[in-house]
Amino acid sequence: MSAAAVVTSPAPPSSDTVNVTVDGRTVAVPRLLPDWRGKLVPTTMIQACEQAGVEVPHYCYHAKLPVAGNCRMCLVEYGLPALGPEGQPLRKPDGSLAVKKSPRPAIACATPISPGMEIYTATPEVQQMRASVLEFLLINHPLDCPICDQAGECKLQEYSVEYGHAASRFVETKVHKPKQVDLGPRIMLDDERCILCTRCIRFTRDLAGDDALGIVNRGSYNTLAAYPGRAFDNPYTLNTVDLCPVGALTAKDFRFQMRVWFLKETKSLCTSCGTGCNVLIGSRENRILRYTPRANDAVNVCWLCDHGRLNYRWIGRPDRLRQLAGSRLPAPTWDAALTEVAQRLRHAVPGSVAVVASARLANEELYLIRRLAQHTGAATDIVPRSGPGDAWLIHADKNPNSLGAQRLGISADPAGSRLSQFAAAIGQGTLRTLLVFGEDVTPRGLGPELLDRLECLVVSDILPNRTTERAHVLLPGCAHAEKCGSFTNVHGRVQRFFKAVEPPGGARPEVEFLRELLQRVSGEPQPDTAEGLFHRMAAEVPAFAGLTWAGLGDTGAARPPEAERVRPRADATAG
Amino acid sequence: MPSEYRLILKHLDQPGYTPDLDCYLRHDGYHVLRQALALAPRPGPDGKPISPQEQLRHEVTLSGLRGRGGAGFSCGLKWSLVDRKSGKPIYLVCNADESEPGTFKDRQVIYKDPHQLLEGLILSSYANDVHLAYIYIRGEFVEGARILERALAEARAQGFLGRNILGSGYDLEVYVHRGAGAYICGEETGLLESLEGKRPYPRVKPPYFPAVLGLYLCPTIVNNVETLCAVKHVMALGGAEYAKLGTPNNTGTRLVSLSGHIQRPGYYEIEVGKVTLGELIFDPAFGNGLRPSRRLKAIIPGGVSAKIFKAGEKVKVKRPGPDGRELEQTLDVLELPYDFTSLTAAGSMSGSGAIIVLDDTTDMVSALANISEFFAHESCGQCTPCREGSLWLAKALRRLTQGAGRAQDAEYLARIADSIPGGRTICAFGEACSWPVQSTVAKFKDEFVARGKDHEARRTAAAQAGETAK
Ligand SMILES: Cc1cc2nc3c(=O)[nH]c(=O)nc-3n(C[C@H](O)[C@H](O)[C@H](O)COP(=O)(O)O)c2cc1C
Ligand code: SF4
Ligand code: SF4
Ligand code: SF4
Ligand code: FES
Repeated sequence: MSAAAVVTSPAPPSSDTVNVTVDGRTVAVPRLLPDWRGKLVPTTMIQACEQAGVEVPHYCYHAKLPVAGNCRMCLVEYGLPALGPEGQPLRKPDGSLAVKKSPRPAIACATPISPGMEIYTATPEVQQMRASVLEFLLINHPLDCPICDQAGECKLQEYSVEYGHAASRFVETKVHKPKQVDLGPRIMLDDERCILCTRCIRFTRDLAGDDALGIVNRGSYNTLAAYPGRAFDNPYTLNTVDLCPVGALTAKDFRFQMRVWFLKETKSLCTSCGTGCNVLIGSRENRILRYTPRANDAVNVCWLCDHGRLNYRWIGRPDRLRQLAGSRLPAPTWDAALTEVAQRLRHAVPGSVAVVASARLANEELYLIRRLAQHTGAATDIVPRSGPGDAWLIHADKNPNSLGAQRLGISADPAGSRLSQFAAAIGQGTLRTLLVFGEDVTPRGLGPELLDRLECLVVSDILPNRTTERAHVLLPGCAHAEKCGSFTNVHGRVQRFFKAVEPPGGARPEVEFLRELLQRVSGEPQPDTAEGLFHRMAAEVPAFAGLTWAGLGDTGAARPPEAERVRPRADATAG
Repeated sequence: MPSEYRLILKHLDQPGYTPDLDCYLRHDGYHVLRQALALAPRPGPDGKPISPQEQLRHEVTLSGLRGRGGAGFSCGLKWSLVDRKSGKPIYLVCNADESEPGTFKDRQVIYKDPHQLLEGLILSSYANDVHLAYIYIRGEFVEGARILERALAEARAQGFLGRNILGSGYDLEVYVHRGAGAYICGEETGLLESLEGKRPYPRVKPPYFPAVLGLYLCPTIVNNVETLCAVKHVMALGGAEYAKLGTPNNTGTRLVSLSGHIQRPGYYEIEVGKVTLGELIFDPAFGNGLRPSRRLKAIIPGGVSAKIFKAGEKVKVKRPGPDGRELEQTLDVLELPYDFTSLTAAGSMSGSGAIIVLDDTTDMVSALANISEFFAHESCGQCTPCREGSLWLAKALRRLTQGAGRAQDAEYLARIADSIPGGRTICAFGEACSWPVQSTVAKFKDEFVARGKDHEARRTAAAQAGETAK
């Protein structure tokens, strides 16, 4: 099966098409297209224009929200086939269908197309309507873009340049509204910048299921507000900041930290739960400043939960492990460390080695561990991690790659169930070498006193803990933002992430040193690119068969879980 | 001699006529309902039976009745657009929000003859297979809501409402819902939102046409109080007979609210098109002219949303001539028959049937400023052009009444007003708030320019005085 064949797309566009003409170009567009919920509904003018490659400027319209039709920025002119007295289509002398231009414009975002429709997006009338909508939006808007946090990402600024009048005619006093409104724990609102497009309200009400936001007062005094006496606080509030086309809503976490045009953006994934929401990591000078959602209709559409979005600070923590360490480290070099560990593994008695891997490691890393375990006859498992989930994005499995660990045969069934066997084997003295990756095993039944009985404890991690403290060989590893690889999310979608920042000090990506370790243990050369490694894994592990690194693209490829029975347990101990 | 034709108003001002059910019954009340409920299916031309409901709807179509709420949309056509195949319930909502400034007709029926409205509403509900109807009443009509509640209770107690109405097997419940004081709740889709407990933001059409996606996204009929009363008379007379009242395409009778600088302000009922605007203002049967030594300056012919007429203004209208063929005629506005077609042809509208007469003491700048304040206050603020434009207009006019005008303000006002209507907004409020400005500024431009120049001159003089004082 090819990679493309397993990509599931949301509601497939209907095959029957309608011919419409956009600014003189006739295009066949699907009669039905998915609406914000994915339900097939009659195609709208704005969608038809998009298919014809014509962008219609808009504020309130958002493909993933219910249509509101309030900003009026998307007004266009249109015509329909002219009909005779008996409803028969009229023809021009040359035989072509006559079209009658409507005397009134229509909003492209809400008006369905019909056969033979002509849409005009660039007539002087349309341009005049846009310019006046912009003028109206700006009369009560502060004109201080240079100090606005949205500058650079602001649709008001952008469209004003593109479609606006040169000067405003407004000579009256502006309406003043609340400026620094503390909407909730993560969001600030500047009501004077709000253009009342209601995107934030619709998202909060119709997607997050929270009626917290609304508009108070009337007319030009309309003001966005949170329900009186209530904070705007649900697990998804920060999406409203992305949705806000202007600088009205800002994230307390990011506001006035950085001009957005200085940010480097890297395609990555959120690792805070098994959903694997697609993100862009915004970084500058090797520092991560924000996560923003990256569109993937099959996973997170274009949303993130607040927790996942904000859970990146640990990557830049000052106490990150940055040096090789441990009593068994012959010399403070990676070469020496890996040689030492390889030596140990090569000479280990079968059954005397075990690996506690982490479902936070990439598929490629877990694959290398699998190979390592095969060569040394080591048993493996992972540490399950669960917490509260919901009916939308947030999954109870808090590991980003539980399914990958399961499919690669790393985790026991159920995950974590082998840890007690490891403890018993250490107690009996049969298990003498333990490799631990990215987990503190001391609260998992492998307490300090047990770890102290091991002949050799090799630990790789990112932050110090009670396990790293006891390591005989400590290998400083990397956060996913510092490397490249793939995760398998809880629904079986294999998705890639890329390196955004450099690891601190002497830390190295696990994928790199595991490859070197495996080479030393097995004596076989290993592919040294992510791609090569992925392809070897795909050739060897049936659950990845047919997938290619390039075929994963930006949005991944799905391999649904083969059976519910083997799904990682969501109700296991919290972690 | 022009005169009133009292059909809806027939009883309600008669001495001793009271709003209770007994009085209504003594005046033949609910007789039409009884007859309608007794109708049997009738074989149609193709042999298939025509249901009583279809028969009743057919009468309304024959009657040519046009909605009395403002838009003058054909009632029969509105009912025919109702989605009867959706399997969802059909709702009927009586629009009793009457808030267009100058309009005070619906309340006469509500306060003085509520059962007439109920009978029309029950008949309309029956004709449309409606089992749940609402009367959405303007919040300020506190007493009106009480009267309606009382009338509903009486009707229920006597079997005109509720289960198995008059033994016919037909069930209908009616609820009164009070608005909270917003003009926009009179716009039918804003009304439906409000009825659903939401902010009365008018809905975007398409797709939210009430006949298909109305109350709770079910097919819904919204009719004005007067329209529903007229339905009762259509059913009483028969559609064809009703259509003989008034003039072709403008059938029946209409309630007119006359106010402003006239001798006999009040509400009147006329055959549509049988009385001219001038007669309504000057005839002793109606307004009886202006106060002594006053001259007519302007007429707002259909509620403040309508475009204003200037006294002496000549308008071109197409009307059927003696031989029935369309003829273009030039008429003085006062010669316009008061009907839907003529006023629309003359560039304005009969709207809610509210005529406001302004005499030569009127300062047009202040009058327009007053109207614009109203619209700025009542814009729901949902869509950009109306939200921002309505207040911008009001602020500019306020400035022009407060000594800070400019000569260019007439042009400025016209340009702002031109950017709001014509399908740029979600609802017809966009037209409502800009038409008065467009028409008043255009027709009384001198007054606006003079005001601005005067203010400029005063400012210059004051500045010079300041200079010399230094
Ligand atoms: C801004 C605005 C306000 C309106 N207010 C009223 C009102 O107060 N009463 C009313 O009956 N119709 C009002 N209408 C008209 C209604 O939208 C609707 O057309 C009417 O209720 C339909 O009833 P009809 O067909 O019986 O006239 C208003 C329309 C607009 C645009
Ligand atoms: S805060 Fe932003 S998203 Fe919300 S209504 Fe205002 S402009 Fe729109
Ligand atoms: S739902 Fe899960 S993957 Fe998505 S942002 Fe939240 S924690 Fe991250
Ligand atoms: S036109 Fe005015 S009243 Fe109507 S929806 Fe828009 S803002 Fe509200
Ligand atoms: S995008 Fe706002 S009205 Fe269409």
